[in-house]
Amino acid sequence: MGVEGIGARVVRKEDKRFITGKGRYTDDHKVAGMMHAAFVRSPHAHAKIKGINKSAAEAMSGVEAVLDGKQLTGDAIGNIICGWMVHSKDGSPMNMGAWSALATETVRYVGDAVCIVIAETLEEAKAAAEAVEVNYDVLDAVVKATDALKDGAPQLHPEAKNNLIFDWEIGEEEATDAAFNKAAKVVELDIRNNRLVPNPMEPRAALVQYDTAEDHLTLHTTSQNPHVARLVLSAFYNVAPEHKLRVIAPDVGGGFGAKIYIYPEEIACLWAAKRLGVSAIKWTADRTEAFLTDAHGRDHVSKAKMAFDKDNKIIGFKIETVANLGAYMSLFSSATPTYLYATLLSGQYNIPTIHANVKTVYTNTVPVDAYRGAGRPEATFLVERMMTKAARELGEDPAELRRKNFIRSFPHQTPVIMNYDTGDFDASLDAAMEAADYKGFAKRRDEAESRGKKRGIGMSCYIEACGIAPSAAVGSLGAGVGLWESAEVRVNPVGTVEILTGSHSHGQGHETTFAQLVSDRFGLPGENVQIVHGDTDKVQFGMGTYGSRSGAVGMSAIVKALDKVEAKAKKIAAHLLEAAEGDIEIKDGEVLVKGTDKKLAWHEVCLGAYTGHNLPEGMEPGLKEGAFYDPANFTFPAGCYICEVEIDPDTGTTEIVQFVAADDFGQIINPMIVEGQVHGGVAQGIGQAMMENAVYDDEGQLISASYMDYQMPRAGDLPSFQVSHQTTPCTTNPLGIKGCGEAGAIGSPPAVINAITDAIGTERFVMPATPHRVWQAINGGEGHDIAGAT
Amino acid sequence: MSKVNITVNGKATSATVEDRLLLVDYLREGRNLTGTHVGCDTSQCGACLVMVDGKAVKACTMLAVQADGTEVQTIEGIATDGNLHPMQEAFRENHGLQCGFCTPGMIMTGIDMVNRHGTDLDEKTIREDLEGNICRCTGYHNIVKSIAAGAKAMAN
Amino acid sequence: MYETIYARADSVSDAASKMGSAGDGKYISGGMTLLPTMKQRLAAPDALIDLTSIGDMGGVDSSGRSVKIGALATHNEVNSSSALRSACPALADLAGWIGDPAVRYRGTIGGSIANNDPAADYPSAMLALGATIHTNSREISADDFFTGMFETALSDEEIVTGISFNAPEKCSYEKFRNPASRYAMAGVFVAKHADGVRVGVTGASQGGAYRWTEAEDALNANWSPDALDGLAVDEGDMLSDIHATAAYRANLVKVMAKRAVAGAK
Repeated sequence: MGVEGIGARVVRKEDKRFITGKGRYTDDHKVAGMMHAAFVRSPHAHAKIKGINKSAAEAMSGVEAVLDGKQLTGDAIGNIICGWMVHSKDGSPMNMGAWSALATETVRYVGDAVCIVIAETLEEAKAAAEAVEVNYDVLDAVVKATDALKDGAPQLHPEAKNNLIFDWEIGEEEATDAAFNKAAKVVELDIRNNRLVPNPMEPRAALVQYDTAEDHLTLHTTSQNPHVARLVLSAFYNVAPEHKLRVIAPDVGGGFGAKIYIYPEEIACLWAAKRLGVSAIKWTADRTEAFLTDAHGRDHVSKAKMAFDKDNKIIGFKIETVANLGAYMSLFSSATPTYLYATLLSGQYNIPTIHANVKTVYTNTVPVDAYRGAGRPEATFLVERMMTKAARELGEDPAELRRKNFIRSFPHQTPVIMNYDTGDFDASLDAAMEAADYKGFAKRRDEAESRGKKRGIGMSCYIEACGIAPSAAVGSLGAGVGLWESAEVRVNPVGTVEILTGSHSHGQGHETTFAQLVSDRFGLPGENVQIVHGDTDKVQFGMGTYGSRSGAVGMSAIVKALDKVEAKAKKIAAHLLEAAEGDIEIKDGEVLVKGTDKKLAWHEVCLGAYTGHNLPEGMEPGLKEGAFYDPANFTFPAGCYICEVEIDPDTGTTEIVQFVAADDFGQIINPMIVEGQVHGGVAQGIGQAMMENAVYDDEGQLISASYMDYQMPRAGDLPSFQVSHQTTPCTTNPLGIKGCGEAGAIGSPPAVINAITDAIGTERFVMPATPHRVWQAINGGEGHDIAGAT
Repeated sequence: MSKVNITVNGKATSATVEDRLLLVDYLREGRNLTGTHVGCDTSQCGACLVMVDGKAVKACTMLAVQADGTEVQTIEGIATDGNLHPMQEAFRENHGLQCGFCTPGMIMTGIDMVNRHGTDLDEKTIREDLEGNICRCTGYHNIVKSIAAGAKAMAN
Repeated sequence: MYETIYARADSVSDAASKMGSAGDGKYISGGMTLLPTMKQRLAAPDALIDLTSIGDMGGVDSSGRSVKIGALATHNEVNSSSALRSACPALADLAGWIGDPAVRYRGTIGGSIANNDPAADYPSAMLALGATIHTNSREISADDFFTGMFETALSDEEIVTGISFNAPEKCSYEKFRNPASRYAMAGVFVAKHADGVRVGVTGASQGGAYRWTEAEDALNANWSPDALDGLAVDEGDMLSDIHATAAYRANLVKVMAKRAVAGAK
């Protein structure tokens, strides 16, 4: 592997700028003549706009303009779309309501943008936004998805009768019902997956520059996928044609899904700059705006039942889920509770037949979309809570019930689309149980009891799917885009290498990991490799980073391009060294003829490619190759997490006394970075399980709209983690990578809740397990409203 | 408007500022020191942490006029003679950062911990003293390791 | 933040006179509560009178059991005062539970007391310690000072200059933090004085910090955690919100009180 090659714990190249304060995030950029934007936002969850009086605001000092939704639609700016078509089980297409970047007639959630104010300073923009008088006719609001489906509920969009967006199913209903008819035992579970606010630490921001002479717009923005942003802004929102719009995602301070989407603010700033002929406009969200406008995550309510035969083998699984999509359909909102959720309901288990029904619903809340894990945490929580509850009801050890039902033969076709290529679920379970000293738990529980504490242990054997693919397959399921990735490898005449990638790093360390591929291939030091990403002017196209795809898909594209570079370099070297192409080897920065002492330095071959003085007959000069990689299948990271907790029954306080993660991510390029991804993912999963909850009141006000009321996990809330890896390489991509970005957030919530329910001896329990709720559960009290306040 | 004189990273600076101007905006907008970040509006996240007269202070919760006459040190000012501060180095060595946004505040907090508790920091102390710094990427695991290692390195 | 005018006062009288000439001014010291409120545009004082340059208004002094703390003493100073730690360790501990290290460098005891946030820590201690609140015009007993949520006996221009108390024989503070804000969801300060026990409670009640007199009576009869077993905290007085029901807060008050008695030293 070499010191900087595949498998090495290479310290990150990008860190230098971050630890010295030289990172360049969107809000750090400043240009001459830059004006500032602030938004007038709806204080009501549901209301008709009767009138807008802008005159006082327009007259205020420094104010350039106050623009509203009618002006925006009047300029033919398109509605915000959901890019994945899902059909109901009756064949009808999803019922998508109109979403204008600035509301025209109706506001549908608190925070819905009504006007954009442009002023010379930020304080002036904010003051003027406050002075805009919007006259509202307040309507009844509905915030819970289950309520929104009821007769007589407030109606959000004329396109969606009873607020139903679609009523979708997967699997065989009849066969599943038949399985339940012959079941020896049926286990039931009602479950809620709490609504979360993603909260990357860098708030969203946009800096628009408008070149009036060229009629060209440049957008610096906090995006995980600048090319997708440009495509959508151009093709659907009509902001500017693609060749007149450059999108740059510079350093981005975390994404977690929330920065995939194209939001009203970017659209409005681009439109306003062009309409007003203003050279530059900047908008940066404050944290309150982030709570009120960043797409939220999760928010499912489900009923599930699992059928077992007399030997405790699973024979059927049936699920009904209602998913809250908020006030509008965000970019991938339809895919998250369907193809990213129900397709994982087979978990790690042989289940002959599954049927899932998913209803998605409009409510007067912030739009909900993919958040770290996106559908897979919801599926895993359901399956793994079910397995533990079933084990308890069937009188089996939770580990043994899982083992009894593990899939052990691959490839394995599940009843819900997915075809698992490989895995070794016993290996992760064994490793986790060993690391957690699972056998010694009973003794630890007794010891804790002697101190008046309740101790519990819980596990979760998760499987997830990354690198959503292949494009033709996702296209047939309704995706509006292909989910390949691009790469270009530019070898300079001096032998240094630039990798242009369509992946985008916002914390994942691509500048290091991607460079390791080059070091591994050619034996070049990492410092001779530069990774270029996040700029539509530099990288032709790419799909960006989400869904743990940059390893499995992004790096596979780089490998393909490197293959081409290597092949051409070898041809050149064979020609120069008068050897057979098959005898050429590139190693440690040298190009050798195997079995001889004939060799060239790497840079001599590169220079030769560019001088063109002595190339093989008919070969074009240069050493630069591009590739598009379209995966043959999803990848399937899997693993086992074990959580052990100790609960203070007097206060309900839960302490995680140990957390073990055993993951199979296939081939790992940089273990240090992969472990960091697991740590962060697990922290977010523990956050969901124990701390985080977006709470709306009945009027649709987001009560938990700041860190004063939304508990972000802090250092003192978390333990150190024990992490290990088992490796069964993915069989469908060249590196054998499965992906590691989301597993922690997917696998951990059920492990935590299984541990807590073990400790307190009740199954009816709703996340997050705050001290308050745990105390209530111990005391047999309330707090078990599965439908819950959203 | 008031005139302020603030020594920033060893350099005397002076400006006439609005009384409502926050120290963080003075640094970011006025001095172009954009390593100090704003991550929340409730003074909880610590991305804006700087040293004011040697003590860790949230620059989002101090007016520039309150800092008049003080010495302020930001993340840009802790390396000496082109050498990274040991706490900076420790964050790199221990993968104590991912997106980098909270990192300047974390590093300043780590240095402040050493100022208060010395160079031998245990995990419990570090976790407790990170109360005012929020990270969304790392799960804190490697931040804790980084601060412990950085503190040890500061002993030398 | 709305526009405001900032002025440093160099003496208590200068501060009062500056406040007198302001329309709707606010005193500021650390500003740990005031500035976030102003940033959110929830407060708009037209003047900020900074007290931190006033001499003789800081420091932590104790001689024997008599303790005096200047209003400008920061939470960090209170937390790290060795004099206080030997006279009344629970109060030093309490200061270490406020906010986070950066907040403790700036926030002051005077500011916290004058603001009387219902979830602030100090008010419970002032009540339990039977402290005297000193202002630029008078001395007010803690029992008379805290008059309700965010309400005190202070008049508009009045400035808290310090607090004093006689250290009890034993005392302890137990705090159960709101998991999100980290303010007290229930904080109980128990003090055993020569002339009786006093119990101050913060974070839990609709009326702000209060003395739990039933607990005082029970502990006067029997200084032991078990003495509280038979008591029930009235849920009707408790706050209820998304973080905790009144029932849970009532439970926490009792649990924290018992733990405080058990840990008193």
